[in-house]
Amino acid sequence: MNTGIPLLHDGLSDSARRLPDKVALVCRGTRLTYREVDRRANALAHALVGRGVERGDRVVIFGDNGVDVAVAFWAALKANAVAVVVSPQTHADKLRYLLEDSRARALVADARLAGVVEEAARGSAHLRCILVAGDVAENRLEGMGAERLASALASESGDEPPRRRCIDIDLAAIVYTSGSTGDPKGVMLTHRNMITAATSITTYLENVEDDVILGALPLAFDYGLYQMIMAFKMGARLVLERSFAYPAEVLSVAAQEGVTGFPGVPTMFAVLGEMQSLASYDLSCVRYVTNTAAALGAKHITTIREMFPRARVYSMYGLTECKRCTYLAPEDLDRKPDSVGVAIPNTELWIVDDEDRRVGPGVVGQLVIRGATVMRGYWEKPEATARKLRPGPLPGEVVLYTGDLCKLDEDGYLYFVARMDDVIKSRGEKVAPKEVESAILAIDGVKETAVIGVPDELLGQAVKAFVVLQRGATLSVHQIVHECQARLEALMVPKYVEIVSDLPKTTTGKIKKTDLR
Amino acid sequence: METTREVIRRFITTNFYVADPAQLGDDDSLLDSGVVDSTGVLELLVFLEQEFGIHVEDRDILPQNLDSIARLEAFIARARRSAA
Repeated sequence: MNTGIPLLHDGLSDSARRLPDKVALVCRGTRLTYREVDRRANALAHALVGRGVERGDRVVIFGDNGVDVAVAFWAALKANAVAVVVSPQTHADKLRYLLEDSRARALVADARLAGVVEEAARGSAHLRCILVAGDVAENRLEGMGAERLASALASESGDEPPRRRCIDIDLAAIVYTSGSTGDPKGVMLTHRNMITAATSITTYLENVEDDVILGALPLAFDYGLYQMIMAFKMGARLVLERSFAYPAEVLSVAAQEGVTGFPGVPTMFAVLGEMQSLASYDLSCVRYVTNTAAALGAKHITTIREMFPRARVYSMYGLTECKRCTYLAPEDLDRKPDSVGVAIPNTELWIVDDEDRRVGPGVVGQLVIRGATVMRGYWEKPEATARKLRPGPLPGEVVLYTGDLCKLDEDGYLYFVARMDDVIKSRGEKVAPKEVESAILAIDGVKETAVIGVPDELLGQAVKAFVVLQRGATLSVHQIVHECQARLEALMVPKYVEIVSDLPKTTTGKIKKTDLR
Repeated sequence: METTREVIRRFITTNFYVADPAQLGDDDSLLDSGVVDSTGVLELLVFLEQEFGIHVEDRDILPQNLDSIARLEAFIARARRSAA
């Protein structure tokens, strides 16, 4: 639809018009053509509109990688709403926070998560509808005031989407991200933000219609979500896998489907590195491998080259607030293995010192990003937004102060040094120490705690908790871990717990984490 | 003495978070019910090695072998038979 208003979901609609019978999505035995995905998304969009979802309303999508979650993302956009994809590992407390914070109007969830939804959505002042995908008992549906997704769709037509009401500076998605300050913040991304990022990335990856892109990363993780956005934009094919839990299965599907693009995070490459015998799968079809979240390192580069003999390897770096900052071209990998590369097309970067003066090569300072990928801000958090988005060179524009410490070399290649706050990056996802600390402190018998990230071969960083017990308390490490499992998403649960008699403090009584490392 | 199935169940319900162990059926998918995630699978492998002395080949790390209590039990039985 060439209306002169470029919206993110045109990627799907245009491909459906151009390539209606091409298989767009392969997921656990299901194969859907572009026409089928588009029609399902249209029908669900009508169902959402019919249940009170209006332009700009938030629609939370809560489930595992699968057809329903994929379709719900596009349906939210077609309903002129804002998609909020939430990790299926999220527990009820946090889901309730996300529903309340975003004031979500609608929730689309997997049946297996009905228990979490029921607890989280109880008493919500904003939710108008809950649609449950998959098998769920009638009494449970009634108890939570929900409908079956399938029955909601039965009466809707997929011929046309609802009337288009957004323009490209409207929000397309809110991606919740953990910060050092605890409460997750909603990164607001406009249609233009996301189209710009997808265009830039598909340009340097040289994506084409014949690409078959693997989606083994969660759609709730922006890197995973973009695989679908980019695949559909190009009219390519997405092979969606539920997770990377069973690498042999994922690789066998990848070989069978002739996957050409293999997006990963260091944890996945670490697992592959330990499973050398899997190198016997014929993955010569893979044209490129991408990595983000942390530098690859020589070991992973070797693994990738053995397993994907014909692949070009792209090492990349970014943050949700602007999607992607830099990429290292494959031909630079051997020359500058520790660099995360240069600015992605259509963005600019520079580094400033504490006085906001630009610094030269070799000097460590804060990375600043300028471009149309930079977020609209944090949802309803003006102060946090003002810290990150500050005036740029042109009157009225803002640029992103990333909070990441980096340096440039003489050739203008970027090197990541550290985050300015102490967010832990585990399995490529962010863990806020404060969130883990709050959960541990809530356990009976815990006096105080400090959580840090420690280097871990598999996870990048592992969560480690130092715990001081109350006098007379007899908690074991195992009990603390078990309590954390009950309260936190799996990736936040400490891998290591050390019970100590006290914690190092500053003169003002604040815990000195630097002394724990 | 505990049966193999009981040993597996005990490991899963004490090492992973299972809200209500009575609700976890022997045939329920551990992935679908959210009990095990990708690092959880690695922990299962260590358990099979330590508890039963079974080294799982990379190619056998598949849901059909590992993704429920019943499948784990059957996989252990097969591994023991082929070792015997």
